[in-house]
Amino acid sequence: MKPHTLSVLVENKAGVLSRVTGLFSRRGFNIDSLAVGPCEEPDMSRITIVAIGDDAQIEQIMKQLNKLIDVIKVSDITENERVERELVMFKVTADQGETRAEIMQIATIFRAQIVDVGAKSVILQVVGDSDKIDAMEKLLRQFGIKELIRTGRIAILRGTKTVASSKE
Amino acid sequence: MKTGAKLLIESLQREGVDTIFGYPGGSVLPIYDELYDSPLRHILVRHEQAAAHAADGYARASGRVGVCLATSGPGACNLVTGIATAYMDSVPIVALTGQVPTTMLGNDAFQESDIQGITMPVTKHNYLVKDTTDIPRVVKEAFYIAGTGRQGPVLIDLPKDVNTRSVKEPVVPEKVVLRGYNPTYKGNKRQVDKALALIAEAERPLIYAGGGVISANASPELIGFATKLGIPVTTTLMGIGCIPCDHPLNLGMLGMHGTEYANFAVTECDLLIAIGARFDDRVTGNISTFAPHAKVIHIDIDPAEIGKNKRVDVPIVGDVKSVLADMLSSLKKAGACEAWNKKIRYWKQHHPLRAAKEDGCLHPQYVLAKMSEILKGDAVIVSEVGQNQMWTAQHFCFRHPRTWITSGGLGTMGYGFPAAIGAHFARPDLPVFDVAGDGSIQMNIQEMGTVAQYNIPVKIAILNNQYLGMVRQWQELFYDRRYSYTELPPVEFVKIAQAYGIEGIKVESCEEVGPAIKASLEHDGPFVLDFRIEREENVFPMVPAGAAISEMIGGHPRS
Repeated sequence: MKPHTLSVLVENKAGVLSRVTGLFSRRGFNIDSLAVGPCEEPDMSRITIVAIGDDAQIEQIMKQLNKLIDVIKVSDITENERVERELVMFKVTADQGETRAEIMQIATIFRAQIVDVGAKSVILQVVGDSDKIDAMEKLLRQFGIKELIRTGRIAILRGTKTVASSKE
Repeated sequence: MKTGAKLLIESLQREGVDTIFGYPGGSVLPIYDELYDSPLRHILVRHEQAAAHAADGYARASGRVGVCLATSGPGACNLVTGIATAYMDSVPIVALTGQVPTTMLGNDAFQESDIQGITMPVTKHNYLVKDTTDIPRVVKEAFYIAGTGRQGPVLIDLPKDVNTRSVKEPVVPEKVVLRGYNPTYKGNKRQVDKALALIAEAERPLIYAGGGVISANASPELIGFATKLGIPVTTTLMGIGCIPCDHPLNLGMLGMHGTEYANFAVTECDLLIAIGARFDDRVTGNISTFAPHAKVIHIDIDPAEIGKNKRVDVPIVGDVKSVLADMLSSLKKAGACEAWNKKIRYWKQHHPLRAAKEDGCLHPQYVLAKMSEILKGDAVIVSEVGQNQMWTAQHFCFRHPRTWITSGGLGTMGYGFPAAIGAHFARPDLPVFDVAGDGSIQMNIQEMGTVAQYNIPVKIAILNNQYLGMVRQWQELFYDRRYSYTELPPVEFVKIAQAYGIEGIKVESCEEVGPAIKASLEHDGPFVLDFRIEREENVFPMVPAGAAISEMIGGHPRS
């Protein structure tokens, strides 16, 4: 059982996301993370799914996804050289000067950005892989995280290789 | 300019549709108005569930796509069981549903239901049409998707304003282009060669043929292949009919209520060739003890079925008919497997299915044997679900594909009668029987109205034991005979039939069985046969839940 990163190219049509997520819940597969948005083709979308399972389960998930008419291509890119990113925003309690300074320091170390400053809190934005985000979260806990939001992971293959429709 | 409803009817005609099973309502009024003077035949059922089952029965008996039509909300929801039944058994149907106008979608309008959302898990694909000009393309795609690859149901939801709006006639696309849908038909040559090498080495090969052989119309290839190599064939419930019952290589059905010799053969074979079958739990019993000594070749058009339940040595994705034809043409020499076939003949001789006891009582096995003797395989037999289904699968001798129609995967009680109506329109040349139990017939008994109205000559053979027999059997065997809510009070089905204007006979003794079946055949129209059978008869042999399929109860002692 380990996380697999699946890159799924789909038709950009109403209901596609619900077909994909419905399939996961109906067949008892677990989604760890999901990110979806338009891609280089205007009539397609790309979904990055991180799913946890053994090899047989992942194979079954991919085969079932492939059966959806609106799914154009499914690739398991777990074993490939890839760049994986996630964007996270933390709203952290910061009402004292020294706390703020400490938070700023952590931000600098993690190359995070402060995107909003209020009287009693600051919002930090960080982009990175899961390990980096988890480490940062651990450090920020001491100040009090009022809210945390993550986009879900997106992933892209390194080099010239692509996860594209076979026709292109 | 043409209305959406007009475009819809023309699109259906373009697909060669001749019969639609449906039920009108508010949001499909524009479609019904168009049907009024269209050449399409519309059969008015009494409940939308029956429309879906009838379309399904039509599709299974003919091999063509069946069509049903219902209104929005409750009408559409009533189709769901029928659609799910077709989905589980990979049957090509197109379900058309009305919907509230696009302007009201999502408002909880009168008779609104999100049928696209509801049917997503039980359709191969579905559509909500929001633009009238899309209708011809969507209908074309729907029939293409339903009838190709691993077949299955497709639903098209049509809001009322989409049907009433008039548009400039759209150009109908010549070809369906779906970049996410490209079924594989031709088997991979390397895999086919590997399979042939395994077959050449095998000493105890066995073919396990499923419904995929029937859907692919691959019976001749299957029989040719098995005969040339002398490989015995066992079929699943859905595969019955792909090889004649009395073919020397046929072992009948395997699995929970399979023959002892089929289950022994699976357990002892050294090579299992699964063809258009999916290792369902009713077939395999405890999967870890299923075909324990065998290498496995799995031929299926759906790659997701391969390796889903059982590890496979040689996977071949492709159309069963095309793959078997390729295998046949690359065969180097004919096989024999004489010792193995001798062993199987021994099992067949010493472990036959038990015929009806000759104790003067009316047993269901006798009814089926008599029916089989009279009809000689030249009939379409549809069943309900439960003991009636298993007795028919075991004791009726089927000789042709598409003459046995039953709900396998979903096990839908109430399926048989409406499916038999559909089967009649697909095969008007053959007598059609619905073998029912007194429980399941009452799930769609209202269709007596339909068969009476159109004089549809379906013969309804009820094996009436005044129990929900299969559940009662489990209660007898595994719940200490505590018959919790399985007893049904006696019903005079002949009187119900009469109320609808249908004739029938109550049959209470063995001597009456043959003449009653003949009388039903001679009668030009629907007919009810109410067989009052032995009440606590069981379906044997039986593999208890969770056991290995070689561990059957109700069989013969093994020497």
